[in-house]
Amino acid sequence: MSDVQTSLTFRANAARAIKDAPLRSAMRQAADTFGTKRADAFAPVADLEALRDKASAIRLQVLDRLQEYVDTFAFQATKAGATVHRARDAGSAREIIAKILKDRNARTVVKGKSMVSEEIHLNAHLEKQGMEALETDLGEYIIQLVGETPSHIIVPAIHKNRQQVGRLFAEKLGVEYTEDPQALTKIARKALREKFLAADAGLSGANFAAAASGSLVLFTNEGNGRMVTTIPPLHIAILSLEKMIPSLADLPTFIRLLPRSATGQSITSYVSVITGTRKPGEATGAKELHIVLLDNGRSEILSGECREILKCIRCGACMNVCPVYRTVGGHSYGWTYPGPMGIVLTTLLTGMAQSHPLVDATTLCGACVEVCPVRIPLVDLFLKLRERRVREGFSKPMEKQGMRVFGKAAASPSLFSAGQFLSRTFWPLVRAFGGKDVAGRLPRPAKVPFHRRVP
Amino acid sequence: MRVQLFATCLVDSFFPEVGESMLKLFRRFGVTAAFPKKQTCCGQPAFNAGYADDARVAAAHFLSVFDGDDPIVTPSGSCAAMVKHHYPDLFRGDPKMRAKAESMAGRIFELSQFLVRVLHAQGSGMAGKGTITYHSSCHLTRDLGVRDEPLILLQSMKEVRFVPMPDASRCCGFGGMFMAKLPEISCALAEEKADSIVATGADTVTGCDAGCLMNIADAMKKRGNPVQVKHIAQVLAEGL
Repeated sequence: MSDVQTSLTFRANAARAIKDAPLRSAMRQAADTFGTKRADAFAPVADLEALRDKASAIRLQVLDRLQEYVDTFAFQATKAGATVHRARDAGSAREIIAKILKDRNARTVVKGKSMVSEEIHLNAHLEKQGMEALETDLGEYIIQLVGETPSHIIVPAIHKNRQQVGRLFAEKLGVEYTEDPQALTKIARKALREKFLAADAGLSGANFAAAASGSLVLFTNEGNGRMVTTIPPLHIAILSLEKMIPSLADLPTFIRLLPRSATGQSITSYVSVITGTRKPGEATGAKELHIVLLDNGRSEILSGECREILKCIRCGACMNVCPVYRTVGGHSYGWTYPGPMGIVLTTLLTGMAQSHPLVDATTLCGACVEVCPVRIPLVDLFLKLRERRVREGFSKPMEKQGMRVFGKAAASPSLFSAGQFLSRTFWPLVRAFGGKDVAGRLPRPAKVPFHRRVP
Repeated sequence: MRVQLFATCLVDSFFPEVGESMLKLFRRFGVTAAFPKKQTCCGQPAFNAGYADDARVAAAHFLSVFDGDDPIVTPSGSCAAMVKHHYPDLFRGDPKMRAKAESMAGRIFELSQFLVRVLHAQGSGMAGKGTITYHSSCHLTRDLGVRDEPLILLQSMKEVRFVPMPDASRCCGFGGMFMAKLPEISCALAEEKADSIVATGADTVTGCDAGCLMNIADAMKKRGNPVQVKHIAQVLAEGL
């Protein structure tokens, strides 16, 4: 992509996406499909609301004692044969991973899907060190070939249609053009197969980390996650701190909620539980396992008023139902995480100075709150962030003045009435000043307002 | 029965006919409606934009104007939700005001909610005309939990053919200040909503929030579509 899209240019990014017809139709189709599939998958789940309560409670319990769970996890994972690293920020996580690879002369890395690795821009860093980091999730593979970033946390290439993928494969892989999804999948599978077998290391994320046993849990569909974590001799897993759950006993709750919320499946094709390294007598598993636990701002979020965003289990349901997201796509948000959860996480992780326009990227419709499997009060968090924007001085001075006048007028009926009279009288001016985008979409105020018509 | 009528700033300024329709409805159902003359706005524009202090000024005024124990009825799900859910939160640091806000939360009603739950207007044999579809506005549905009431009313009307709208509860793109801050997205959402309305073949689209209806009316006007956009108060009052 030629222009750099950041969260600061959200409005321009969105305006451009809105004019991108293939993106709009691909987004609409995918979001609708996932929305419908989700609803169908939950239809037979009679205890859904209780299940959401339970999941929310487990996640809150983790947040209340996060450090404790992280320490237990690290202890147990080490006991099971893994080496656990703590990374305070993106830079140190990149360094840790690069050093592990360098020390072992590893040059080729096959990657399973990991949004945390996107968050720390790992691929670019490894490439700079002369290593090859290859995405093996089909969607990730597609966007890596294009040179883009994911536009959905579950469906990275959601904004592409199959014709675009067909042309991409023809151009980059030298195959004959086809737009048949099955044929395209086969092409990718063939290209990736050799890479799996030859790779020096596998890198993955994790959906959950069970503290009591030090286990990593991965939900995947394509089998690539299992290949990445078991075929190469070295497996590196990177995950952010809040992925903890107390123990594997809590997993069934999330097995019932996560795939249904994400893709509308009652369970993903694979649910992998990895506890430590390959044991004597076991046929598969990495000989060496390194787990990188990333903070990168989580501890600060944990102590603040928006901590509930850390309950997020990255299902993407909030995106699929968000009217804004489905219209503008993930890249418009300008950073790793898009959609409703992305507004909150991006603002908190990158700071208000880098992202304040994002807090406007919601109509406050609340569709996200309705589907969130762990009951994150997203609308409340948007409102808190908007308050914080004002507090931290990132709101427009004119808006600030305007709101003060509004508050005064709302408390003074005569002033309010005068405002109504003035706006009606000077409506042509208001329209000219407010522009056709805004005032041009409002009718002219009534000649006699209701309060003067009441007997 | 006595109620206090809160017209909302949008109805007061732009759509006085909605207020008049409400008065007509109240008369029909034997309700005495008082209109506290000092009412202005519930403060939602400031609150939603993150200006809690300015919103508190508006909220304090509202609490003093709508004093007493009578139910407050308003033609907006959004403003009702503001009063019901956000006023108590705005005054969390002020026990006296908070208590006042909490007591008010129990007596504020959106119009369709009041008509169905309190007045049982659905059994009164109201009539209307034409083919009507309904947009389910976000705060009404999700904050206030009023999903069925407007449908119950519309489906109870004699001579009215009700057609459900596809994705009726998807946001129309109004969002208060959202329409001004991100007009490109707002218009794209309104266009999608207009598509859904046209797909129903209805001659009238109605809803319970003037803000959304204003946004929808603009989208319909832009495509030169003759579908009438009316607040539910108007639809109901016209048949009386």
